[in-house]
Amino acid sequence: MDEATRTLIDALVADARESTADLARQTGLDEAAVEEALADLEESGALRGYTAIVDWDELDREHVSAIVEVNVELDRETDYDDVAHRIAESSAVDSLRLMSGDYDFAVNVSGSSMGDVSRFVSEEVAPLPAVTKTVTHYVMETYKERGMTFTDGDDDDRLSVTP
Amino acid sequence: MSGDRRTDGGTEQAPDAEAGADGGRGSRFAPADRVASVPPSGIREFFEVAEKRDDVISLGVGEPDFTAPWPARSAAVDSLERGRTSYTANRGTVELRRAIAERVTRYGQSYDPDEEILVTTGASEAVDLAFRAFVNPGDTVALPTPTYVSYEPGVRFAGGDPLPVHTHHEDDWALTPESLYDAGVDEADVLVLCYPNNPTGATMDADEMDAVADFCREHDLLVIADEIYAALTYDGDHESVATRPGMRERTVVINGFSKAYAMTGLRLGYAMGPPEAVAAMTKVHQYTMLSAPTTAQHAALAALDRCDDDVEQMRREYDRRRRYVVSRLREVGLDVSEPGGAFYAFPRVADVAPDGDARAFATELLDAEGVAAVPGTAFGEGGEGHIRISYATGLDDLKEAMARLERFLAES
Repeated sequence: MDEATRTLIDALVADARESTADLARQTGLDEAAVEEALADLEESGALRGYTAIVDWDELDREHVSAIVEVNVELDRETDYDDVAHRIAESSAVDSLRLMSGDYDFAVNVSGSSMGDVSRFVSEEVAPLPAVTKTVTHYVMETYKERGMTFTDGDDDDRLSVTP
Repeated sequence: MSGDRRTDGGTEQAPDAEAGADGGRGSRFAPADRVASVPPSGIREFFEVAEKRDDVISLGVGEPDFTAPWPARSAAVDSLERGRTSYTANRGTVELRRAIAERVTRYGQSYDPDEEILVTTGASEAVDLAFRAFVNPGDTVALPTPTYVSYEPGVRFAGGDPLPVHTHHEDDWALTPESLYDAGVDEADVLVLCYPNNPTGATMDADEMDAVADFCREHDLLVIADEIYAALTYDGDHESVATRPGMRERTVVINGFSKAYAMTGLRLGYAMGPPEAVAAMTKVHQYTMLSAPTTAQHAALAALDRCDDDVEQMRREYDRRRRYVVSRLREVGLDVSEPGGAFYAFPRVADVAPDGDARAFATELLDAEGVAAVPGTAFGEGGEGHIRISYATGLDDLKEAMARLERFLAES
């Protein structure tokens, strides 16, 4: 990966809404080259999408999220991918990862109530034949999400002019 | 104690040693002549104006907007918990000096940690030590201008005579043998080099450095090379004058942890040079500081050991901002040289400023749009007609500041 592409990705990770013009300014590419690089990254699957980071506490809307640990027992007809595809079908799933350690899958789930999350676990995950155990951890507070800290952001206490 | 005591005051400022006020009308504490001769810092003066407003986006900050990497902070905390609160050796801990010696090999520099490295309380102390150790009263110290605000006062405090060497926007702020001859540096005693440069962001390439080194050898100059921004070099490798043939023996290299490791408040720097140079500086150091802060030395050792990735991440982020800022400045019609290092851009505002006055421009920009940029004149007469813009601030603020600057220029 060349330096400009790396910078392009850094910029998008920091702010997916960057305009093409601003991306061009930060990378030193022209706008057409930025468009082309983005198309290549999307085409290859390296860039899977552009999404928002939301602090739900700031919105007048109920929002519950949880991390569900899932243990499975595989057989000759079922592998991890099979289980993963089945779980990932649910719109409640924000992310799904196969893990090393004490459990097999970590599932980030969200819904508008604890009932939504509970229903997802009890009706869509637990009944799967391969699933042997689930442990649900409700998120109580979010402090950082995908690199973005959930503070007021006004913590620059430097002098306004220094040498 | 010498000369006439100033008794007129002549200022509304409160007594303030840092600002250079005279300490009180008719006071016994009227400063010594060499102190009184130094004007208040142009930065400090501007800072006081900027501080009165609460809606300011500051592009005047000469320090990283990152926090020191955690391993460095953790090492500092650990050193306190273990009760490591005593002095260290005057020259700094052996472990840190060894780590520094190993680190600077990446710039082609080789120094013996036992005799050729001195750990100081910030690179600022190292600069002051160099002036006090090697400048005799009446010696001429050549200072390429525009340059860092503390050199000229430091020279005066040491009793030397600063000699400005003008570098120019049109030449991308290059320092050449011709500019050195034109300024009379062939007759000078000391030359100060600051590359990557504060405030212009200029760097020197290998050929430029070779030419300046030739000049210094030919005219038997002692060189003080402030390389505090060496790790923040974006295009090409950092070039050090001390690596040129015959230069190591006439050069004191200064570096530190403030800029690359975002450790400004920990105040840790170092000086490197031949044994006799470091011995002289150590003599001054031991009678003033004794040793650099022990806690900070532990943090610095951890920084060298475990924070390369953090530094690279910060460097990449500055680089991204650099490209953005330079691009936007050019779009809004300001001419700016491409900064190759540090985290400053130094655009020309002479054509759009009232009477070409950078200070008036900066003041009006602050008044009208709440954007604080430092007038180039704060960095010596060579900075007239320019402002310094620091991109050690988040991209969102940089975008807003550039939008305000664009509006300001459109309406003025």
